[in-house]
Amino acid sequence: MSKRTGSQILWECLVHEGVTTVFGYPGGAILPAYDAMLDYPIRHVLVRHEQGAAHMADGYARAGGGVGVAIATSGPGATNLVTGIATAMMDSSPLVCITGQVPTKLIGYDAFQETDIGGITLPITKHNYLVTRVNDIMPALKEAFHLAKSGRPGPVLVDITKDAQQASAEWEWDPRPVKLRGYRPDRPITSSDLAKATALIRASRRPVILAGQGVIQSGAMNELVAFAELVDAPVALTLLGLGGVPASHRLNLGMMGMHGEAWVNHAIQEADLLMAFGMRFDDRVTGNTKTYALHAKKLHVDIDPSEINKNVAADAAIVGDLRETLKDFLDVLEPADHGPWLAYIDSMKGDVAVRDIQNLPDSGHLYAAHVINDIWRITEGKAVVVTDVGQHQMWEAQYYHHETPRSLITSGGLGTMGFALPAAIGAKIARPNAEVWAIVGDGGFQMTQAELTTAAQEGVKVNVAIINNGYLGMVRQWQEFFYERRYAATPLRSPDFVKLADAHGLAGFRVDARPQVMDVVQQARATDSTVLIDFRVEQEDSVYPMVPAGADLHAMIRRPEPSVLAETGADPI
Amino acid sequence: MHHTLVALVEDKPGVLNRVASLFRRRAFNIESLTVGRTAEPGVSRMTIVIDSDQASAERVTAYLYKLVNVLQVEDLGATPAVARDLALVKVTVAGHDRAALLRVVDETRAHIVDTGEQTMTLEITGEPPHVDAVIGRLEPLGIIEMVRTGQVAMRRGDTALSAAQCS
Repeated sequence: MSKRTGSQILWECLVHEGVTTVFGYPGGAILPAYDAMLDYPIRHVLVRHEQGAAHMADGYARAGGGVGVAIATSGPGATNLVTGIATAMMDSSPLVCITGQVPTKLIGYDAFQETDIGGITLPITKHNYLVTRVNDIMPALKEAFHLAKSGRPGPVLVDITKDAQQASAEWEWDPRPVKLRGYRPDRPITSSDLAKATALIRASRRPVILAGQGVIQSGAMNELVAFAELVDAPVALTLLGLGGVPASHRLNLGMMGMHGEAWVNHAIQEADLLMAFGMRFDDRVTGNTKTYALHAKKLHVDIDPSEINKNVAADAAIVGDLRETLKDFLDVLEPADHGPWLAYIDSMKGDVAVRDIQNLPDSGHLYAAHVINDIWRITEGKAVVVTDVGQHQMWEAQYYHHETPRSLITSGGLGTMGFALPAAIGAKIARPNAEVWAIVGDGGFQMTQAELTTAAQEGVKVNVAIINNGYLGMVRQWQEFFYERRYAATPLRSPDFVKLADAHGLAGFRVDARPQVMDVVQQARATDSTVLIDFRVEQEDSVYPMVPAGADLHAMIRRPEPSVLAETGADPI
Repeated sequence: MHHTLVALVEDKPGVLNRVASLFRRRAFNIESLTVGRTAEPGVSRMTIVIDSDQASAERVTAYLYKLVNVLQVEDLGATPAVARDLALVKVTVAGHDRAALLRVVDETRAHIVDTGEQTMTLEITGEPPHVDAVIGRLEPLGIIEMVRTGQVAMRRGDTALSAAQCS
């Protein structure tokens, strides 16, 4: 036992939890904690907006597999975290967010920079805490880390009053594991559930595995590949599941859903068994659930019981850790052969190839798909790619082929524009030896471009590829398809990105023709600091195929024939 | 269809808010919600009545379990249960036959708990349909104020819902 202030206890706990880096922004109510921070072996990354801190912590967690920590002051500091917390909640990313709160005696009196961040974040955190006493700091933080990373991971917020940070107490680290009466993430898998599941698998002739982020979070990549090979079933991936199975694996079908390739969605619609592993049948994945995979039995494996029967009714379900479940399957199942089914799916790929933009003649225009596919080739598919939200995100999913888990980091569930740049900075800090690319639209980049300054100050090297089409591209695409090309508020002017890079002392490039792509990408890779590349791509290109929101999964809008491709000038307005 | 859910929760600040927020966020309509102590210190009991189908009730149960402070949840829709609702009803006695009111009291097991110069206050306890029926008979006599506790419920028989297994 020795005497510590609440602020010191805070950092002691973080060090004990293995935290080495926090992302944050100081302010009045968190000042005692910041003062104490200087005495602890913790790297603090000063962001330019607290949203950036939450996204960086998120990217850090997703790239490295640990817990990301964001720290902010009360009031606006705390509310600025909200978008990042909601992003992490929707994508089950383990975050601990620490906020300062006004002194206990001022709570409820509308004090300066007071806000009820506990109330505000109630629906977007896995759990949250308001700590008003110094002795409650350690239990709250220990529980927060335990909750954030166990079971289905998620963000936890710990709001600590200024007086609790300032008060002192006799303290020592409690090494005992956390026990919470109402929280049981480690459910045993029952043998009857297992028997039901294996019966479905044995009876299937046209199986499809639907693999989500749960594969990556439970570390089940090897088991999934072994299982797929054993039962000879193709694997369709969700956006967040990409990398869960190597893209080059013969059983990998690619991404499913709204912008999934046609053969993937057709395979799902014609399957007789869907094995949903660590995914939640999001509406972007299913389209119209009334016509979704009508011939298929559904086997759902998820660690979160509330996902079973939520969007799609399950014929059999297992609640538990995916990796353990797959091991159980591998123990009891015998090899199967679904050659005819796999050949049938393969036969559907042919007609897609002729519509693929990679097979279109090079018209002199620069297409986003070309840029992303070239980045994939040059980086040999080994980069950690962080994407924002919109067209470039879908093109990345289609044209960058991920071989390893945690190599694609993107805002899937919430669809948060502005995610890519800060999350890429966090990813690079988590994995300093990885080559990190932020692929981002011109719209999303401008939402959080202030974090470029953070990258410059911190000396963090990320490669930023701005897919610049002069529009809020995905919204423009919807306007083109569903709103008679009435482009309300989607034409977008950007600053001179090369000058913006220059203003930071960073290298910037502009690319408007495909032959330049290779050279500039190589120059970016060879540069030690962050590089900004402004790719001026085709303005009115669209992402194909597309299942309109709520439509049947097999009712895709297909890429038009080459002759009707809309081509416009490459200069944004 | 009505579902009566019983939740044993930790008695900590903000738990009621967490539960209520969950129903709001997932777009379930709460018909009544009561909270009170249990025999176990630190554990509160909520009885929540919602209008939903069976699948939705199962979803709500799963969502409730996701709340860290929720220990046990039971859907009493599937088990025989005792349910009680209590109403206090203030009825005017001016301008009509006091005997009519007393007849209702006599026939419905209501209790007179207060009398004023112009009013009489009744306590009605019973299964919610019984309370509804009594109130229906009082309405023509002139209800001027009413409060209902909402339903509390408990499984019949020897088995008990307990948070003891969550230790």
